[in-house]
Amino acid sequence: MDFEPKLVGFLCKWCSSAGADLAGVSRRQYPSNLIPVTVNCSGRIDANFIMEAFKDGADGLLISGCHPGDCHYTSGNYKTWRRVALVKHVLKQFGLNPDRVRLEWISATEGDKFASVVEDFTNEIRELGPGPFNNE
Amino acid sequence: MTSRPRVGVFVCHCGENIAGSVDVERLAEDVLALDSVVFGTNYEYMCSDPGQNTIKDAITDEDLNGVVVAACSPSMHEETFREVVEEAGLNRFRCEIANIREQCSWVHRGNGYKPTEKALKIIKGAVEKVKRNLPLEPVEMDHSNKCLVIGGGISGIQAALDVAEAGKEVILVEKEPTIGGHMAQLSETFPTLDCSQCILTPKMVQVDRHPNIELMVYSEVKNVSGFIGNYKVTIEKKPTYVDPDACNLCGDCVEVCPVEVEDEFNEGLSTRKAIHIPFSQAIPSSYTLDEDACLGLNPLCCTECSAACDADAVNYDQQPEFVEEEVGAIIVATGYDLYEIANMGEYGAGKYENVIDGLQFERMLSATGPTRGEIRRPSDGKVPKDIVFIQCSGSRDPENHNSYCSKICCMYTAKHALLYKESVPDGNAYVFYIDIRAGGKEYEEFVQKVQEEERVLYLKGKVSKLEEIEGKIQVQGVDQTIGEKVEIDADLVVLAQSIVPSREAEETSKQLNLNLGPNGFYKEAHPKLRPVESLGGGVFFAGAGQAPKDIPDSVSQGSGAAAKAIDLLAQPTLSHDPQVAEIDDEHCSGCGLCIGQCPYGALELNQRDVAEVNEILCEGCGTCVSGCPSNSLSLKNLTDEQVNNMVKAYVGD
Repeated sequence: MDFEPKLVGFLCKWCSSAGADLAGVSRRQYPSNLIPVTVNCSGRIDANFIMEAFKDGADGLLISGCHPGDCHYTSGNYKTWRRVALVKHVLKQFGLNPDRVRLEWISATEGDKFASVVEDFTNEIRELGPGPFNNE
Repeated sequence: MTSRPRVGVFVCHCGENIAGSVDVERLAEDVLALDSVVFGTNYEYMCSDPGQNTIKDAITDEDLNGVVVAACSPSMHEETFREVVEEAGLNRFRCEIANIREQCSWVHRGNGYKPTEKALKIIKGAVEKVKRNLPLEPVEMDHSNKCLVIGGGISGIQAALDVAEAGKEVILVEKEPTIGGHMAQLSETFPTLDCSQCILTPKMVQVDRHPNIELMVYSEVKNVSGFIGNYKVTIEKKPTYVDPDACNLCGDCVEVCPVEVEDEFNEGLSTRKAIHIPFSQAIPSSYTLDEDACLGLNPLCCTECSAACDADAVNYDQQPEFVEEEVGAIIVATGYDLYEIANMGEYGAGKYENVIDGLQFERMLSATGPTRGEIRRPSDGKVPKDIVFIQCSGSRDPENHNSYCSKICCMYTAKHALLYKESVPDGNAYVFYIDIRAGGKEYEEFVQKVQEEERVLYLKGKVSKLEEIEGKIQVQGVDQTIGEKVEIDADLVVLAQSIVPSREAEETSKQLNLNLGPNGFYKEAHPKLRPVESLGGGVFFAGAGQAPKDIPDSVSQGSGAAAKAIDLLAQPTLSHDPQVAEIDDEHCSGCGLCIGQCPYGALELNQRDVAEVNEILCEGCGTCVSGCPSNSLSLKNLTDEQVNNMVKAYVGD
């Protein structure tokens, strides 16, 4: 059977989840592999969410917040930026391909970008194959 | 939940919006297999009365203590359904929305996508979340009773007056030396041909006299912090070097001022002195010394104006003043600019003196304008006998300029053609247009009337090029109706330049954390249902900063924004979302890392050297939670446990 990547998208409520909503309002079609978790701010995304998600069997994780300078909470996305860089480093040390985590800035007006990112990321992970803890 | 979780799942069809691609019947059955779910059903429209009653009845009959509504985005109906569960006796946070419309059914039609599988996972995640949600009560907080209005054009004026009339204090900030905005520059207004200044200036005077309005002209908002109900604003009052109370408008200072610069109020068609008043009915009625144009204030190079002033109103020692204000609501009315002709390479990029924009033509038509209402072309002052109006200049041209329609140009061009005819009865007016968009009360009739005028010729087609040849502007266009090229040697060309957001919009959006759309206009909370609100709350939009609009629409939105602001300020206290950070003081080591991460100053170390959360200041972003090295912080109703279990529900099996 073809490999269907299991993806989770951590989306901030104000920009990226609203952007995903806009993709819906615009009826922009994209693959259904990514399941969204809406968090208040991308700054809420804990390094342990990423590690746990891989442990639970995720093949790839999208993390998306407001564009730098546009964070609803002023600066949460800057923290995310640094944390994700660090987590990628740790993933590498654990033997995981850091490309399985993708950080994006998607605003509430970028529905099309959201859909394109999900499309692209799904294809990328499909190429990479199942994650280390995907037991299917 | 203290007792065992009993969750009900309510799947909405949303007509065919969800049911068209998601198997809602199957979902309602499959959810019963989920841990903690004891009830599942589906209905055509969950938000309808019968739909809401289904939820209420199930809460009672099935003894539910958690509800998941699988429907549209929480931005649509989260509030509706939280009220429903409250009416049935549950805490509002016992309800979660599974967004299976915007983020599922609408975007995965066909192509081998699996919307039903995805919807089930989204629901599963919501169940995992809701069963761990705490029943929280809103935190009540005090708020400021003042309203800040940014921008003193017609929509800002209307908003300020409405809020002030409702008994609330208003601070109206305008960057120019006078309020009035672009409307003060217009000659007459379509379709009724009222004199623009005659209908505007009484409102300006009202603003000036209103006891509840504090007017700050020549001022700019420099910094905004805080949140809905409690914004702290820093406003810079630039020095005008003239005391408005002492100034008696004699104009002696202007006579003696040796400096002449381009007059921005007349759109560069005339000059003004360094000390000036934009127009005679300006509010506040006082002169302003433009320090950039003045020969020099530091060191003082010229004292002519001060020497000429009998009233002793000129004061060279004025300094910029920074005023701190606390406001509860903010109305953003920063308005529009015209897309500069310099961008129009095909139309000479501003090199041709006799190619002007719509606002310049307005000034020319205005009785108080540089030509005292006579239409005279800038190069030699001659009355133009052949005039060409080009609509959609910079609009509806995605390849080269702006893709959108600027909405008001069809109407003002028709007005321009008519006023030209009245002023130059033997002249010929040509109007190039793509389509005529005259959607508005009595607008179509007005355009029809203009089109029937003698010597006004409407030509459907675009103008590809303007060229200056022997003192005339050669207009090279096409008449689509006959399918032929047209060349007109015009004395004057008026470009209906695209409407763009004012230069301040970007800065304002950053200060207030507002979203800008792809064209730079403010993005409203919902394009249909919340057109005057921003996503963040407490900030409202009025006028053309949100989208191009004409005067009646700007006034309506000004009133709309005022109503929203009044509604907010009239509440005795505001409810603050209780889903904030929480500290486990047993585990907190007092390292203080969280303090630096909080953008709101909501965290501090208490006397026991343990971090403490100020629930009023905390906005619930959760950044500190994810940064706490000892896991002592958590975000109420979005804990690590909740998120991890949601993710597990998505990818676990």
